[in-house]
Amino acid sequence: MTPPQSACGASAPGGQRQRTGRAGSAAFARLGRAARGALVSAVLAVAAGPAVAGPPVIERAAKGERCVEDTATMRRNHMRFLEHQRDDTVHGGLRGAKHSLKGCVDCHASKTTGSVAAAKTDFCVVCHTYAAVKIDCFGCHATKPDGVIATRPSGALATQPNGALATAAGAKP
Amino acid sequence: MSDDKSRRGFLGMAAAGLAGVMLAPGIRLVEVAQAATPGGASAGANPKVRWGMLIDTTKCASGCTDCVDACNAENGLAKPTRSTDPQWIRKVEIKEIKTGRQSSVPVMCQHCAEPPCVDVCPTGASFKRADGIVLVDRHSCIGCRYCMMACPYKARSFVHEPLTDQKPDVPRGKGCVESCTLCVHRLDAGQKTTACAEACTKAGHGAIVFGDLNDPSSEISRRVREVRSTQLRADLRLDPGVRYAGL
Repeated sequence: MTPPQSACGASAPGGQRQRTGRAGSAAFARLGRAARGALVSAVLAVAAGPAVAGPPVIERAAKGERCVEDTATMRRNHMRFLEHQRDDTVHGGLRGAKHSLKGCVDCHASKTTGSVAAAKTDFCVVCHTYAAVKIDCFGCHATKPDGVIATRPSGALATQPNGALATAAGAKP
Repeated sequence: MSDDKSRRGFLGMAAAGLAGVMLAPGIRLVEVAQAATPGGASAGANPKVRWGMLIDTTKCASGCTDCVDACNAENGLAKPTRSTDPQWIRKVEIKEIKTGRQSSVPVMCQHCAEPPCVDVCPTGASFKRADGIVLVDRHSCIGCRYCMMACPYKARSFVHEPLTDQKPDVPRGKGCVESCTLCVHRLDAGQKTTACAEACTKAGHGAIVFGDLNDPSSEISRRVREVRSTQLRADLRLDPGVRYAGL
């Protein structure tokens, strides 16, 4: 058995970043102008090459006009929103508030894989791979929308005795 | 200095008193605060409710697994193939040796009022909701299985293997303990019954009645008033929310 991990915790491996040393810049100044130019263009060429990955290409949400918060806020704070609401939901039974992981999955599941975390290009994975942040959400949570939403009024589910029927009947919410 | 202290003390007392002050007849500030829920959320667990079940063992047929199958389908559990696989409802066959009388009893988490699993949990992951449902918060469960040892009903299971294709409403995963949730996701969505009770009624057995034990007009309250029912291991005085008739 693997040791238990802190749920929904995030870790960023390799926190140290490379820094240019002062000795390096002194040597750089001693080089001739032409040599300096050649070196700079060589560095630029390396930066643009395939060795360094560019920013992640994020797939647009399959449905929904706009997110529950503006993009900048979501990028910075989505984990806080999720963590805050998760305790209200699990302990207090408050469901259907706007910052739900299920809500993320409902809109952001990929059109090709139908999931937020199945392929490397899927919504959650593409950024977390780029940022080297490991998330545990999907060890337990579904990565695919079900079509049946928990906050739906009781009548909608009453006619569907099991999950298979519910999925088939409620594919289009 | 002493002036400042007494002023602070007064303010503290005033704030504490204000919470209990009546704003209008029958409405207090605490109740307003409790009613205020995050935007669009459901009302949440109601502390006035005590969810419970009454299982009539005289109507429960030996070999029938309708409730177990419905539970598995609702919560995304696979049919157990090994003794260590998770199961939220077990069908237990009992026989009185002297008389030979046999009964078949579905046993699930009994949702005790005094749950021993909550007492022993080292992380607070095992908890009782305001409406009496005993749950595991998987975000803080470390998988120590102390609660499984503490439960006299053998109601909890541990997930040993990685899972895939969970239900969106029922997150489950490897390394956590789990048990019957009384279909908490259904109740929070406003439904009035669990998958097992619904399946049992639909199949025509009518052996499981689910409802609010605190509501004197509910079907379950009426039945427990009229029919003799017992709690399993009542000697432990855990006050389970699941009761059995005809044992």
